[in-house]
Amino acid sequence: MGCSGSRLDEDGMGMPPKSRPVFLHELKMRRHMTRPSHKDAISTPSKKELLLYDKDDDGSSTYKNAPQTARFSPKGGGEGEGTNKHEDDRKHKDVRNVDVRGKGGRNGHKVNKSEISSAGDAEEDEDYDERMIGRAPGSPSFRVYFNDGGEDIHNDIGKHDDFKSGGAVSSEVSFTDYYRILVEFIRVSVVAARQGFAVKEDVRNYKAKGGMQRQSCFGKLESLERGIRATALRAFSSSGKEMTVRDALNSALDEEMSADPKVFLMGEEVGEYQGAYKITRGLLKKYGPERVRDTPITEAGFTGIGVGAAYYGLKPVIEFMTFNFSMQAIDHIINSASKSNYMSAGQISVPIVFRGPNGAAAGVGAQHSQCFAAWYGSCPGLKVLVPYSSEDARGLLKAAIRDPDPVVFLENELLYGESFPVSAEALDSSFCLPIGKAKIEREGNDVTITAFSKMVGYALKAAEILAKEGITAEVINLRSIRPLDTSTINASVRKTNRLVTVEEGVPQHAVGAEICTTVVEESFDYLDAPVERIAGADVPMPYAANLERMALPQVDDIVRAAKRACYREKFE
Amino acid sequence: MAQLTQRAATFQRTLSAAVSSTRCLSTASTSPISVETSLPFTGHKIDPPSRSVETTPQELLSFFRDMALMRRMEIAADSLYKAKLIRGFCHLYDGQEAVAVGMEAAITKKDCIITAYRDHCIFLGRGGTLLESFAELMGRKDGCSKGKGGSMHFYKKEGGFYGGHGIVGAQVPLGCGLAFAQKYSKDENVTFAMYGDGAANQGQLFEALNMAALWDLPAILICENNHYGMGTAEWRAAKSPAYYKRGDYVPGLKVDGMDALAVKQACKFAKEHALKNGPIILEMDTYRYHGHSMSDPGSTYRTRDEISGVRQERDPIERIRKLILSHDLATEKELKDTEKEVRKEVDEAIAQAKESPLPDPSELFTNVYVKGLGVEAFGADRKELRAVLP
Repeated sequence: MGCSGSRLDEDGMGMPPKSRPVFLHELKMRRHMTRPSHKDAISTPSKKELLLYDKDDDGSSTYKNAPQTARFSPKGGGEGEGTNKHEDDRKHKDVRNVDVRGKGGRNGHKVNKSEISSAGDAEEDEDYDERMIGRAPGSPSFRVYFNDGGEDIHNDIGKHDDFKSGGAVSSEVSFTDYYRILVEFIRVSVVAARQGFAVKEDVRNYKAKGGMQRQSCFGKLESLERGIRATALRAFSSSGKEMTVRDALNSALDEEMSADPKVFLMGEEVGEYQGAYKITRGLLKKYGPERVRDTPITEAGFTGIGVGAAYYGLKPVIEFMTFNFSMQAIDHIINSASKSNYMSAGQISVPIVFRGPNGAAAGVGAQHSQCFAAWYGSCPGLKVLVPYSSEDARGLLKAAIRDPDPVVFLENELLYGESFPVSAEALDSSFCLPIGKAKIEREGNDVTITAFSKMVGYALKAAEILAKEGITAEVINLRSIRPLDTSTINASVRKTNRLVTVEEGVPQHAVGAEICTTVVEESFDYLDAPVERIAGADVPMPYAANLERMALPQVDDIVRAAKRACYREKFE
Repeated sequence: MAQLTQRAATFQRTLSAAVSSTRCLSTASTSPISVETSLPFTGHKIDPPSRSVETTPQELLSFFRDMALMRRMEIAADSLYKAKLIRGFCHLYDGQEAVAVGMEAAITKKDCIITAYRDHCIFLGRGGTLLESFAELMGRKDGCSKGKGGSMHFYKKEGGFYGGHGIVGAQVPLGCGLAFAQKYSKDENVTFAMYGDGAANQGQLFEALNMAALWDLPAILICENNHYGMGTAEWRAAKSPAYYKRGDYVPGLKVDGMDALAVKQACKFAKEHALKNGPIILEMDTYRYHGHSMSDPGSTYRTRDEISGVRQERDPIERIRKLILSHDLATEKELKDTEKEVRKEVDEAIAQAKESPLPDPSELFTNVYVKGLGVEAFGADRKELRAVLP
């Protein structure tokens, strides 16, 4: 969000030019999405982190004192098992796809003015977050930094003892600056008044020694600014519709079921409970209990029944509540489904889809956090798909249901509530994405980062960070583990000459290992650096928050690996 | 006069002998005969059907022929295996032919059958040919699965035979799935999911049975109880070897599996029941003369006396032979001639199968997917052997 011509400071943050008066729009604003959330923070706090988060002595961050950030309200979201919805929603926002209109792709949660609370005192920590939720969900938050006309802003950190409480830093401002800010404030208030926005004071965050008056002014400023931005963005938004991954999957299932009467759903809680993660909401009512079957908790049994039905010619969509439970049924997936067409020389085909959440959620422990992409990806006869965005989810699920082969469809629980823009084409009922083709989410020239599922979001964040350092990363969203789109990956590596593979599962015998080997085999001469692998830790998933954070790749890990890949030679 | 008609009949038979090998069947009458089964049925939570079975001479003669064919095929497979023309696994069905044949007599090709790895004879019953069978066993191109399946993976989808499964017990949920699909498609047909006494203890069986009962699926579970699960006798493997009762809330019937007519009666009864009331279990009390597979002599866990005792007293082909002879449906010589024909047929099929070539190397990569999407697949040396999946 830096303005053009701005200087880069040591963290690559845009800074306004020094030698002229400061205008509001040039004030350094740091959108929270570009920095890792406090949960992602690595253990060695940088100055940046001290600035942003509240750090306890043991290095972990406390949720309550987290900096003000806008978050989606999870109201009406799914009742996923064992997950803390607040944590989920805060974590994985794609920087470019945030729902700035505040209408909430999350199940249509609407912002109304009553939720935007009037100025109250901001002292109570407990309520603070709740009020934050109500205020303007979806709109970006801003931490406003003021340039005092000469000093490096970070030098001011030490002066103020409020950074510990997660507050922003403000430095002394000159009278000129203050005057200009006041003028801006008045102008902005008038605009806001017309828009009908209430102003909330963020006094807490701006409390500084003796700076109460100014802080409150700036606080007001910020909230107004935010509201105006939100309005403006809404008004000028051209991205059209947004959709959560949950709704995307639901609509894909709905459309395929209405198009083909042979498609039916089977799984635990898919019917009357509306789906454990609400993916199948409304489908029982629409299609009836014959086509939306609740099963007992017997994976081996109902998976076998599903495969048998597929033998006969029906098109089952079997839901595993998580893919961890698919291990109870894995014999049917591999031996009964994936191999049948081959063993029968084409007589028995199995047009079945196995779908469900895969990989780690938040704090669900070792038995509920395994990633199965590598396991299923190594089975000939299966197709394995890993959607990321809503468009991926829709297009790939529809393609999977229409495909005459067994498809393992690995979703991600933490992505279900994420909202992404969808094009009109993607909303069409005949929309389908090709199986076996990766998507280049972001173009770049310096390093290729491959990722799938949730890690695509992380890779994109990493790419943003790298961009500020002058490294343009090409992010490839794999979309399909089997067949793997090696041609896209190789073409990209031949362009960038460096590769970082990212995944959530353990590195040994994993997707990244296969990608690395493929690239070494086919594009060896183009590699300027060894391939870097970022993967989950080689341990069962721990429960403690800090250990869990360490066991999973974080954005910083991806950034570091990309830099390593780039600094093999001197890189400026 | 009777002599004349008899000689005319014999002449007619000799004449048509030159034309077709099914002379006994084509001229046999279809007048009903009523026969009693060897034993009464025992029911669990159900009233068993009557012991008295309606049959016809034609049916009895066809039973005889089919069972003799199956027996001959299995014995020939034994020799082929010992001659190393068949590799890997070979699980033989001789002794259990009555189950296959009796079941076929009660159902149509629209009903589905799914079984485990002892599937050669079921395949024949479903309309498979000897050539397809032997070629598949020898891994040749003319096999029913083009040589890519092997002994345990015979399929005939148009005949309603869904294999041929190597994982013990897996076929039962698959069979319930077939029944599910039949009910979903409103087909008014049933599925017979066959398994052995060894598989009867599998958990997935009970999971599938629970769902079949819950949803009233037209699934009939046939437990072919040959009293040995590989080398383990049933009393060593199951706390309750009354497999027809193991369904608990699902009704069951115990049947003498060496009596083709009893099997036929039970299957007919079960089909009617399943279409109306949901799943039912049939336990076929049967016996296999060979060991578990060709690598098992079959005599380390049972005595030769036991095997020969069953062969003398309960052999299914002998029972039908006695029945035919006692009802004067054919002479001893005719039956022997039938057996000779059958033997000849089998030998010809083997000769033909031996001439069938091995599958083309390109077949390594076919049928991996129905829709291959142009994906590349690799051989052992990926720089040497790669193919595009169509």
